[in-house]
Amino acid sequence: MTFLKVQDIHHTYFTKSNAVTALSNISLQVNEGEFISFLGPSGCGKTTLLSIIAGLFQPTEGRVELEGKQVATLKSEIGYMLQQDYLFPWKTIEENILLGLKINHHLDEEKKAYAKDLLMQMGLSDVESLYPKQLSGGMRQRVALVRTLATEPKLLMLDEPFSALDYQTKLHLENLVSDTLKSFGKTAILVTHDIGEAIAMSDRIYLFAPSPGKIHKVFEIPEELRECSPFDTRNHPMNAEIFQTIWKEMESLGSQESHKSTP
Amino acid sequence: MDHKSHTKALHNAYIRSLKKEKYWVRFYQLVIFLIFFSGWEIASRNKWIDPLIFSSPSKVWELFLIKVQDGTLFFDLGFTLSETILGFILGTLLGTILAAILWWSPFLSKILDPYLVILNSMPKVALGPILIVALGPSFTSIVAMGTIISVIITTIVVYTSFREVDPNYIKVLQTFGGTRFQIFKEAILPSSFPVIISTLKVNVGLSWVGVIVGEFLVASKGLGYMIIYGFQVFNFTLVMLSLLVIAVLATIMYQAVEFLEKKLIKNN
Repeated sequence: MTFLKVQDIHHTYFTKSNAVTALSNISLQVNEGEFISFLGPSGCGKTTLLSIIAGLFQPTEGRVELEGKQVATLKSEIGYMLQQDYLFPWKTIEENILLGLKINHHLDEEKKAYAKDLLMQMGLSDVESLYPKQLSGGMRQRVALVRTLATEPKLLMLDEPFSALDYQTKLHLENLVSDTLKSFGKTAILVTHDIGEAIAMSDRIYLFAPSPGKIHKVFEIPEELRECSPFDTRNHPMNAEIFQTIWKEMESLGSQESHKSTP
Repeated sequence: MDHKSHTKALHNAYIRSLKKEKYWVRFYQLVIFLIFFSGWEIASRNKWIDPLIFSSPSKVWELFLIKVQDGTLFFDLGFTLSETILGFILGTLLGTILAAILWWSPFLSKILDPYLVILNSMPKVALGPILIVALGPSFTSIVAMGTIISVIITTIVVYTSFREVDPNYIKVLQTFGGTRFQIFKEAILPSSFPVIISTLKVNVGLSWVGVIVGEFLVASKGLGYMIIYGFQVFNFTLVMLSLLVIAVLATIMYQAVEFLEKKLIKNN
Protein backbone atom coordinates (compact mmCIF):
# COMPACT_ATOMS: atom_id res chain seq x y z
CA MET A 1 0.00 0.00 0.00
CA THR A 2 1.18 3.51 -0.75
CA PHE A 3 2.27 5.34 2.38
CA LEU A 4 1.56 8.90 1.29
CA LYS A 5 -0.79 9.72 -1.52
CA VAL A 6 -1.15 13.24 -2.87
CA GLN A 7 -3.97 13.47 -5.37
CA ASP A 8 -4.90 16.26 -7.79
CA ILE A 9 -3.94 19.17 -5.55
CA HIS A 10 -4.86 22.64 -6.71
CA HIS A 11 -4.35 25.60 -4.49
CA THR A 12 -5.22 29.25 -5.03
CA TYR A 13 -4.45 32.13 -2.67
CA PHE A 14 -7.08 34.85 -2.63
CA THR A 15 -6.32 38.47 -1.88
CA LYS A 16 -8.47 41.56 -2.34
CA SER A 17 -6.84 42.47 -5.63
CA ASN A 18 -6.25 39.07 -7.22
CA ALA A 19 -6.32 35.31 -7.02
CA VAL A 20 -2.95 33.59 -7.40
CA THR A 21 -2.80 29.93 -8.30
CA ALA A 22 0.13 28.54 -6.34
CA LEU A 23 -0.25 24.88 -7.20
CA SER A 24 -1.88 23.16 -10.09
CA ASN A 25 -2.57 19.50 -10.68
CA ILE A 26 -0.10 17.96 -8.24
CA SER A 27 -0.22 14.19 -7.78
CA LEU A 28 2.48 12.00 -6.29
CA GLN A 29 2.98 8.92 -4.20
CA VAL A 30 5.59 8.07 -1.60
CA ASN A 31 6.37 4.67 -0.14
CA GLU A 32 7.28 4.08 3.47
CA GLY A 33 10.93 4.77 4.27
CA GLU A 34 11.57 6.80 1.13
CA PHE A 35 13.33 10.13 1.12
CA ILE A 36 12.08 12.50 -1.56
CA SER A 37 12.90 16.09 -2.46
CA PHE A 38 10.91 18.96 -3.89
CA LEU A 39 13.38 20.99 -5.92
CA GLY A 40 12.71 24.24 -7.65
CA PRO A 41 13.26 28.00 -7.73
CA SER A 42 11.56 30.12 -5.09
CA GLY A 43 7.92 30.92 -5.73
CA CYS A 44 6.97 27.59 -7.24
CA GLY A 45 4.75 26.55 -4.37
CA LYS A 46 7.05 23.99 -2.69
CA THR A 47 6.44 25.24 0.83
CA THR A 48 2.72 25.60 0.14
CA LEU A 49 2.57 21.96 -0.91
CA LEU A 50 4.53 20.94 2.18
CA SER A 51 2.11 22.83 4.42
CA ILE A 52 -0.84 21.17 2.70
CA ILE A 53 0.69 17.72 3.13
CA ALA A 54 1.34 18.54 6.79
CA GLY A 55 -2.35 19.39 7.16
CA LEU A 56 -1.67 22.98 8.18
CA PHE A 57 -4.32 24.14 5.75
CA GLN A 58 -6.77 22.69 3.27
CA PRO A 59 -6.03 22.83 -0.46
CA THR A 60 -8.63 24.45 -2.71
CA GLU A 61 -9.02 21.07 -4.41
CA GLY A 62 -7.61 17.59 -3.99
CA ARG A 63 -6.80 15.12 -1.22
CA VAL A 64 -3.77 14.10 0.82
CA GLU A 65 -3.85 10.68 2.44
CA LEU A 66 -1.38 9.15 4.87
CA GLU A 67 -1.90 5.39 5.17
CA GLY A 68 -5.37 5.83 3.71
CA LYS A 69 -6.48 8.53 6.15
CA GLN A 70 -6.87 12.25 5.44
CA VAL A 71 -4.00 14.21 6.94
CA ALA A 72 -6.03 16.99 8.52
CA THR A 73 -7.21 14.48 11.13
CA LEU A 74 -3.79 13.16 12.21
CA LYS A 75 -1.47 16.07 12.82
CA SER A 76 0.76 14.37 15.38
CA GLU A 77 1.83 11.76 12.81
CA ILE A 78 3.69 14.43 10.85
CA GLY A 79 6.82 16.27 11.96
CA TYR A 80 7.83 19.58 10.42
CA MET A 81 11.21 21.27 10.40
CA LEU A 82 11.52 24.90 9.36
CA GLN A 83 14.25 26.91 7.63
CA GLN A 84 15.53 28.13 10.96
CA ASP A 85 15.44 26.28 14.22
CA TYR A 86 12.69 28.42 15.80
CA LEU A 87 13.57 27.14 19.23
CA PHE A 88 11.65 29.16 21.82
CA PRO A 89 14.28 31.48 23.32
CA TRP A 90 12.58 31.67 26.73
CA LYS A 91 12.53 27.89 27.13
CA THR A 92 15.49 25.69 28.03
CA ILE A 93 16.69 23.05 25.58
CA GLU A 94 14.88 20.40 27.61
CA GLU A 95 11.60 22.35 27.55
CA ASN A 96 12.08 22.92 23.83
CA ILE A 97 12.54 19.27 22.90
CA LEU A 98 9.55 18.24 25.02
CA LEU A 99 7.31 20.95 23.56
CA GLY A 100 5.63 18.71 20.97
CA LEU A 101 4.85 16.02 23.54
CA LYS A 102 3.46 18.65 25.91
CA ILE A 103 1.26 20.12 23.18
CA ASN A 104 -0.28 16.81 22.17
CA HIS A 105 -0.54 15.61 25.78
CA HIS A 106 1.76 12.62 25.37
CA LEU A 107 4.38 13.73 27.86
CA ASP A 108 5.37 10.91 30.20
CA GLU A 109 8.61 9.60 31.68
CA GLU A 110 9.19 7.11 28.89
CA LYS A 111 8.82 9.72 26.12
CA LYS A 112 10.94 12.12 28.11
CA ALA A 113 13.75 9.57 28.33
CA TYR A 114 13.38 8.90 24.61
CA ALA A 115 13.75 12.59 23.76
CA LYS A 116 16.81 12.96 25.98
CA ASP A 117 18.32 9.87 24.44
CA LEU A 118 17.81 11.38 20.98
CA LEU A 119 19.62 14.48 22.15
CA MET A 120 22.58 12.31 23.18
CA GLN A 121 22.55 10.54 19.83
CA MET A 122 22.80 13.92 18.11
CA GLY A 123 26.00 14.53 20.03
CA LEU A 124 24.43 17.03 22.38
CA SER A 125 25.03 16.13 26.00
CA ASP A 126 24.77 18.40 29.03
CA VAL A 127 22.81 21.06 27.17
CA GLU A 128 19.34 20.37 28.68
CA SER A 129 19.46 23.28 31.09
CA LEU A 130 20.95 25.78 28.64
CA TYR A 131 18.98 28.31 26.61
CA PRO A 132 18.99 28.26 22.78
CA LYS A 133 21.06 31.43 22.44
CA GLN A 134 23.91 29.68 24.23
CA LEU A 135 24.23 27.16 21.37
CA SER A 136 25.66 27.54 17.87
CA GLY A 137 23.45 27.51 14.75
CA GLY A 138 24.25 23.89 13.92
CA MET A 139 23.56 22.73 17.48
CA ARG A 140 20.28 24.60 17.53
CA GLN A 141 19.15 22.98 14.30
CA ARG A 142 20.03 19.58 15.79
CA VAL A 143 17.92 20.43 18.83
CA ALA A 144 15.09 21.38 16.47
CA LEU A 145 15.46 17.97 14.81
CA VAL A 146 15.19 16.29 18.21
CA ARG A 147 12.10 18.36 18.97
CA THR A 148 10.55 17.16 15.71
CA LEU A 149 11.53 13.51 16.20
CA ALA A 150 10.51 13.39 19.87
CA THR A 151 6.83 13.01 18.96
CA GLU A 152 7.79 10.00 16.80
CA PRO A 153 6.17 11.23 13.59
CA LYS A 154 5.69 8.76 10.74
CA LEU A 155 6.36 11.38 8.11
CA LEU A 156 8.96 14.12 8.32
CA MET A 157 8.76 17.40 6.45
CA LEU A 158 12.02 19.30 6.03
CA ASP A 159 11.51 22.84 4.74
CA GLU A 160 15.01 23.95 3.69
CA PRO A 161 16.33 23.08 7.16
CA PHE A 162 19.98 23.58 6.19
CA SER A 163 19.68 26.83 4.24
CA ALA A 164 20.55 29.12 7.15
CA LEU A 165 23.70 27.23 8.15
CA ASP A 166 27.30 27.65 7.07
CA TYR A 167 28.55 25.16 4.48
CA GLN A 168 30.57 22.92 6.77
CA THR A 169 27.80 22.62 9.36
CA LYS A 170 25.36 21.96 6.56
CA LEU A 171 27.40 19.00 5.26
CA HIS A 172 27.67 17.56 8.78
CA LEU A 173 23.97 17.91 9.42
CA GLU A 174 23.01 16.38 6.08
CA ASN A 175 24.86 13.23 7.09
CA LEU A 176 23.41 13.25 10.57
CA VAL A 177 19.82 13.73 9.41
CA SER A 178 20.20 11.13 6.69
CA ASP A 179 21.68 8.56 9.09
CA THR A 180 19.06 9.25 11.74
CA LEU A 181 16.12 8.98 9.37
CA LYS A 182 17.51 5.80 7.80
CA SER A 183 18.08 4.15 11.17
CA PHE A 184 14.49 4.91 12.24
CA GLY A 185 13.12 4.02 8.81
CA LYS A 186 11.31 7.37 8.59
CA THR A 187 9.72 8.70 5.46
CA ALA A 188 10.78 12.24 4.66
CA ILE A 189 10.12 15.07 2.23
CA LEU A 190 12.78 17.72 1.78
CA VAL A 191 12.13 21.11 0.22
CA THR A 192 15.23 22.72 -1.24
CA HIS A 193 16.52 24.92 -4.04
CA ASP A 194 19.98 23.37 -3.83
CA ILE A 195 20.45 20.72 -6.53
CA GLY A 196 23.48 19.18 -4.82
CA GLU A 197 21.63 18.79 -1.57
CA ALA A 198 18.64 17.20 -3.29
CA ILE A 199 20.87 14.62 -5.02
CA ALA A 200 22.84 13.94 -1.86
CA MET A 201 19.84 13.30 0.36
CA SER A 202 17.09 11.83 -1.80
CA ASP A 203 15.85 8.65 -3.38
CA ARG A 204 13.72 10.65 -5.78
CA ILE A 205 13.58 14.30 -6.83
CA TYR A 206 10.49 16.18 -7.97
CA LEU A 207 11.51 19.20 -10.01
CA PHE A 208 8.90 21.97 -9.80
CA ALA A 209 8.12 24.61 -12.38
CA PRO A 210 6.77 27.99 -11.28
CA SER A 211 3.60 30.02 -11.92
CA PRO A 212 1.52 28.07 -11.31
CA GLY A 213 3.53 25.52 -9.35
CA LYS A 214 3.47 22.11 -10.99
CA ILE A 215 5.68 19.02 -11.16
CA HIS A 216 7.92 19.47 -14.19
CA LYS A 217 9.95 16.28 -14.03
CA VAL A 218 10.78 13.40 -11.69
CA PHE A 219 14.34 12.11 -11.29
CA GLU A 220 15.06 8.73 -9.74
CA ILE A 221 18.44 8.67 -8.02
CA PRO A 222 20.38 5.48 -8.92
CA GLU A 223 20.57 2.75 -6.28
CA GLU A 224 24.35 3.21 -6.05
CA LEU A 225 24.07 6.79 -4.85
CA ARG A 226 21.19 6.05 -2.49
CA GLU A 227 23.42 3.69 -0.58
CA CYS A 228 26.01 6.40 0.03
CA SER A 229 25.91 9.00 2.75
CA PRO A 230 25.10 12.54 1.54
CA PHE A 231 28.73 13.56 1.83
CA ASP A 232 29.96 10.57 -0.20
CA THR A 233 27.25 11.16 -2.79
CA ARG A 234 28.52 14.68 -3.31
CA ASN A 235 31.96 13.24 -4.13
CA HIS A 236 30.71 10.31 -6.21
CA PRO A 237 31.68 10.33 -9.92
CA MET A 238 28.04 9.83 -10.94
CA ASN A 239 26.98 12.94 -9.06
CA ALA A 240 28.27 15.42 -11.65
CA GLU A 241 26.29 13.78 -14.43
CA ILE A 242 22.98 13.88 -12.56
CA PHE A 243 23.70 17.39 -11.48
CA GLN A 244 24.18 18.41 -15.13
CA THR A 245 20.91 16.77 -16.20
CA ILE A 246 18.91 18.50 -13.49
CA TRP A 247 20.74 21.78 -14.02
CA LYS A 248 19.82 21.75 -17.74
CA GLU A 249 16.18 21.10 -16.92
CA MET A 250 16.16 23.99 -14.44
CA GLU A 251 17.84 26.25 -16.99
CA SER A 252 15.21 25.39 -19.59
CA LEU A 253 12.53 26.33 -17.04
CA GLY A 254 14.27 29.64 -16.47
CA SER A 255 14.48 30.47 -20.16
CA GLN A 256 10.80 29.58 -20.69
CA GLU A 257 10.06 32.03 -17.93
CA SER A 258 12.06 34.85 -19.49
CA HIS A 259 10.43 34.21 -22.89
CA LYS A 260 7.05 34.44 -21.27
CA SER A 261 7.80 37.72 -19.62
CA THR A 262 9.08 39.42 -22.79
CA PRO A 263 6.12 40.95 -24.61
CA MET B 1 54.09 34.50 28.99
CA ASP B 2 55.39 38.03 28.69
CA HIS B 3 52.77 38.79 26.09
CA LYS B 4 50.09 37.43 28.39
CA SER B 5 51.08 39.60 31.32
CA HIS B 6 51.16 42.59 29.00
CA THR B 7 47.57 41.90 27.93
CA LYS B 8 46.56 41.58 31.56
CA ALA B 9 48.13 44.92 32.39
CA LEU B 10 46.27 46.56 29.52
CA HIS B 11 43.03 44.99 30.67
CA ASN B 12 43.55 46.29 34.20
CA ALA B 13 44.21 49.76 32.85
CA TYR B 14 40.99 49.54 30.86
CA ILE B 15 39.02 48.50 33.95
CA ARG B 16 40.57 51.38 35.90
CA SER B 17 39.58 53.87 33.22
CA LEU B 18 35.99 52.58 33.31
CA LYS B 19 35.89 52.95 37.09
CA LYS B 20 37.34 56.41 36.87
CA GLU B 21 34.66 57.49 34.42
CA LYS B 22 31.97 56.10 36.71
CA TYR B 23 33.31 58.10 39.64
CA TRP B 24 33.24 61.31 37.60
CA VAL B 25 29.65 60.66 36.48
CA ARG B 26 28.60 60.16 40.11
CA PHE B 27 30.56 63.25 41.13
CA TYR B 28 28.80 65.53 38.64
CA GLN B 29 25.42 64.05 39.52
CA LEU B 30 26.10 64.96 43.14
CA VAL B 31 27.23 68.45 42.13
CA ILE B 32 23.95 69.10 40.29
CA PHE B 33 22.01 67.83 43.32
CA LEU B 34 23.92 70.08 45.75
CA ILE B 35 23.77 73.16 43.50
CA PHE B 36 20.02 72.76 43.05
CA PHE B 37 19.20 72.46 46.75
CA SER B 38 21.75 74.94 48.07
CA GLY B 39 20.82 77.41 45.32
CA TRP B 40 17.18 77.01 46.26
CA GLU B 41 18.00 77.54 49.94
CA ILE B 42 20.21 80.59 49.34
CA ALA B 43 17.80 82.20 46.86
CA SER B 44 14.97 81.75 49.31
CA ARG B 45 16.88 83.12 52.34
CA ASN B 46 18.04 86.19 50.41
CA LYS B 47 14.50 86.74 49.08
CA TRP B 48 15.67 86.43 45.44
CA ILE B 49 12.62 84.20 45.09
CA ASP B 50 9.45 84.60 47.17
CA PRO B 51 9.93 82.29 50.18
CA LEU B 52 6.17 82.16 50.70
CA ILE B 53 5.62 80.58 47.27
CA PHE B 54 8.82 78.63 46.75
CA SER B 55 9.51 77.73 50.38
CA SER B 56 13.03 76.40 51.02
CA PRO B 57 14.72 73.02 51.53
CA SER B 58 15.26 73.68 55.24
CA LYS B 59 11.58 74.47 55.80
CA VAL B 60 10.54 71.41 53.82
CA TRP B 61 12.93 69.30 55.88
CA GLU B 62 11.54 70.69 59.14
CA LEU B 63 8.00 69.93 58.03
CA PHE B 64 9.14 66.49 56.95
CA LEU B 65 10.52 65.75 60.42
CA ILE B 66 7.32 66.99 62.11
CA LYS B 67 5.12 64.94 59.81
CA VAL B 68 7.27 61.87 60.29
CA GLN B 69 7.11 62.22 64.06
CA ASP B 70 3.34 62.63 64.25
CA GLY B 71 2.90 59.86 61.67
CA THR B 72 0.63 61.82 59.30
CA LEU B 73 3.09 61.64 56.43
CA PHE B 74 3.13 57.86 56.42
CA PHE B 75 -0.62 57.79 56.66
CA ASP B 76 -1.03 59.98 53.54
CA LEU B 77 1.83 58.26 51.77
CA GLY B 78 0.46 54.77 52.43
CA PHE B 79 -2.95 55.82 51.19
CA THR B 80 -1.66 57.24 47.91
CA LEU B 81 0.88 54.50 47.35
CA SER B 82 -1.69 51.73 47.72
CA GLU B 83 -4.03 53.53 45.29
CA THR B 84 -1.25 53.94 42.77
CA ILE B 85 0.05 50.38 42.96
CA LEU B 86 -3.46 48.99 42.73
CA GLY B 87 -4.34 51.25 39.78
CA PHE B 88 -1.09 50.37 38.08
CA ILE B 89 -1.53 46.62 38.48
CA LEU B 90 -5.21 46.70 37.48
CA GLY B 91 -4.47 48.87 34.45
CA THR B 92 -1.74 46.56 33.18
CA LEU B 93 -3.68 43.38 33.94
CA LEU B 94 -6.95 44.54 32.41
CA GLY B 95 -5.10 45.94 29.39
CA THR B 96 -3.34 42.64 28.81
CA ILE B 97 -6.57 40.66 29.22
CA LEU B 98 -8.36 42.96 26.77
CA ALA B 99 -5.46 42.54 24.33
CA ALA B 100 -5.76 38.75 24.69
CA ILE B 101 -9.48 38.92 23.91
CA LEU B 102 -8.81 41.04 20.83
CA TRP B 103 -6.11 38.57 19.69
CA TRP B 104 -8.49 35.68 20.27
CA SER B 105 -11.13 37.16 18.03
CA PRO B 106 -9.82 39.12 15.04
CA PHE B 107 -13.44 39.80 14.08
CA LEU B 108 -14.13 41.48 17.44
CA SER B 109 -10.90 43.48 17.14
CA LYS B 110 -12.01 44.82 13.76
CA ILE B 111 -15.35 45.86 15.27
CA LEU B 112 -13.80 47.53 18.31
CA ASP B 113 -10.97 49.28 16.45
CA PRO B 114 -12.58 52.77 16.10
CA TYR B 115 -13.78 52.71 19.72
CA LEU B 116 -10.28 51.99 20.95
CA VAL B 117 -8.95 54.90 18.93
CA ILE B 118 -11.57 57.24 20.43
CA LEU B 119 -10.97 56.01 23.98
CA ASN B 120 -7.23 56.31 23.53
CA SER B 121 -7.25 59.85 22.21
CA MET B 122 -9.65 61.04 24.89
CA PRO B 123 -8.08 62.67 27.97
CA LYS B 124 -8.97 60.12 30.62
CA VAL B 125 -8.71 62.50 33.59
CA ALA B 126 -11.71 64.33 32.14
CA LEU B 127 -13.73 61.26 33.16
CA GLY B 128 -12.89 62.03 36.81
CA PRO B 129 -16.15 63.75 37.77
CA ILE B 130 -18.21 60.94 36.20
CA LEU B 131 -16.23 58.26 38.04
CA ILE B 132 -16.70 60.09 41.31
CA VAL B 133 -20.44 60.38 40.81
CA ALA B 134 -20.68 56.75 39.77
CA LEU B 135 -18.36 55.16 42.34
CA GLY B 136 -18.58 57.65 45.18
CA PRO B 137 -15.89 60.03 46.45
CA SER B 138 -13.71 57.28 47.83
CA PHE B 139 -10.70 55.02 47.49
CA THR B 140 -12.50 53.09 44.70
CA SER B 141 -12.95 56.03 42.37
CA ILE B 142 -9.33 57.13 42.80
CA VAL B 143 -8.07 53.63 41.99
CA ALA B 144 -10.41 53.66 39.00
CA MET B 145 -8.73 56.86 37.82
CA GLY B 146 -5.30 55.27 38.19
CA THR B 147 -6.52 52.25 36.21
CA ILE B 148 -8.48 53.90 33.43
CA ILE B 149 -5.64 56.21 32.50
CA SER B 150 -3.35 53.30 31.55
CA VAL B 151 -5.69 50.52 30.47
CA ILE B 152 -6.44 51.55 26.88
CA ILE B 153 -2.86 52.37 25.89
CA THR B 154 -1.76 49.06 27.45
CA THR B 155 -4.40 47.22 25.42
CA ILE B 156 -3.26 48.81 22.17
CA VAL B 157 0.48 48.33 22.74
CA VAL B 158 0.21 44.75 23.99
CA TYR B 159 -2.26 43.75 21.26
CA THR B 160 0.13 45.10 18.62
CA SER B 161 2.93 43.05 20.14
CA PHE B 162 0.72 39.92 20.18
CA ARG B 163 0.16 40.33 16.47
CA GLU B 164 3.82 40.85 15.69
CA VAL B 165 4.94 37.49 17.11
CA ASP B 166 6.92 35.62 14.44
CA PRO B 167 4.34 33.39 12.68
CA ASN B 168 6.91 30.60 12.46
CA TYR B 169 6.65 30.01 16.22
CA ILE B 170 2.93 29.59 15.71
CA LYS B 171 3.63 27.23 12.80
CA VAL B 172 5.86 25.08 15.02
CA LEU B 173 3.00 24.68 17.49
CA GLN B 174 0.47 24.06 14.74
CA THR B 175 2.54 21.21 13.34
CA PHE B 176 2.27 19.59 16.77
CA GLY B 177 -1.49 20.11 16.63
CA GLY B 178 -1.52 23.00 19.09
CA THR B 179 -4.87 24.63 19.93
CA ARG B 180 -5.36 28.39 19.90
CA PHE B 181 -5.11 28.47 23.68
CA GLN B 182 -1.83 26.51 23.61
CA ILE B 183 -0.46 28.86 20.96
CA PHE B 184 -1.33 31.82 23.17
CA LYS B 185 0.19 30.28 26.27
CA GLU B 186 3.37 28.87 24.73
CA ALA B 187 4.24 31.47 22.09
CA ILE B 188 2.19 34.66 22.05
CA LEU B 189 2.25 35.58 25.73
CA PRO B 190 5.88 34.72 26.61
CA SER B 191 7.29 36.40 23.52
CA SER B 192 5.36 39.56 24.41
CA PHE B 193 6.70 39.74 27.96
CA PRO B 194 9.35 42.36 27.10
CA VAL B 195 6.64 44.63 25.66
CA ILE B 196 4.35 44.06 28.64
CA ILE B 197 7.18 44.98 31.01
CA SER B 198 7.99 48.12 29.07
CA THR B 199 4.33 49.19 29.25
CA LEU B 200 4.63 48.65 33.01
CA LYS B 201 7.28 51.35 33.02
CA VAL B 202 5.02 53.79 31.19
CA ASN B 203 2.10 52.83 33.41
CA VAL B 204 4.01 53.71 36.60
CA GLY B 205 4.05 57.34 35.49
CA LEU B 206 0.47 57.29 34.18
CA SER B 207 -0.97 55.77 37.34
CA TRP B 208 0.63 58.50 39.45
CA VAL B 209 -1.04 61.11 37.23
CA GLY B 210 -4.42 59.41 37.55
CA VAL B 211 -4.23 58.99 41.30
CA ILE B 212 -2.98 62.51 42.06
CA VAL B 213 -5.68 64.06 39.87
CA GLY B 214 -8.22 61.77 41.55
CA GLU B 215 -7.08 62.98 44.96
CA PHE B 216 -7.26 66.60 43.80
CA LEU B 217 -10.91 66.01 43.05
CA VAL B 218 -12.18 64.09 46.05
CA ALA B 219 -9.77 62.93 48.70
CA SER B 220 -9.48 64.06 52.28
CA LYS B 221 -6.17 62.29 52.66
CA GLY B 222 -3.19 61.33 50.52
CA LEU B 223 -0.31 63.13 48.84
CA GLY B 224 -2.54 64.67 46.17
CA TYR B 225 -4.76 65.99 48.92
CA MET B 226 -1.66 67.42 50.66
CA ILE B 227 -0.88 69.36 47.48
CA ILE B 228 -4.37 70.74 47.01
CA TYR B 229 -4.76 71.53 50.73
CA GLY B 230 -1.37 73.26 50.86
CA PHE B 231 -2.39 75.28 47.82
CA GLN B 232 -5.71 76.31 49.39
CA VAL B 233 -4.19 77.48 52.69
CA PHE B 234 -1.16 78.88 50.89
CA ASN B 235 1.25 76.53 52.69
CA PHE B 236 3.67 75.85 49.84
CA THR B 237 6.11 74.06 52.09
CA LEU B 238 3.48 71.34 52.30
CA VAL B 239 3.11 71.31 48.49
CA MET B 240 6.88 71.03 48.00
CA LEU B 241 7.17 68.26 50.57
CA SER B 242 4.44 66.30 48.82
CA LEU B 243 6.08 66.79 45.42
CA LEU B 244 9.46 65.59 46.68
CA VAL B 245 7.91 62.52 48.32
CA ILE B 246 6.07 61.69 45.10
CA ALA B 247 9.29 62.06 43.09
CA VAL B 248 11.10 59.64 45.40
CA LEU B 249 8.27 57.08 45.44
CA ALA B 250 7.74 57.16 41.67
CA THR B 251 11.46 56.61 41.16
CA ILE B 252 11.49 53.66 43.55
CA MET B 253 8.51 52.10 41.73
CA TYR B 254 10.21 52.59 38.38
CA GLN B 255 13.41 50.98 39.68
CA ALA B 256 11.38 48.06 41.04
CA VAL B 257 9.88 47.50 37.58
CA GLU B 258 13.34 47.62 36.05
CA PHE B 259 14.52 45.04 38.56
CA LEU B 260 11.53 42.86 37.66
CA GLU B 261 12.41 43.27 33.97
CA LYS B 262 15.94 42.00 34.54
CA LYS B 263 14.65 39.02 36.51
CA LEU B 264 11.93 38.05 34.05
CA ILE B 265 13.45 38.46 30.61
CA LYS B 266 17.06 37.54 30.96
CA ASN B 267 16.69 34.91 28.25
CA ASN B 268 15.14 36.82 25.39
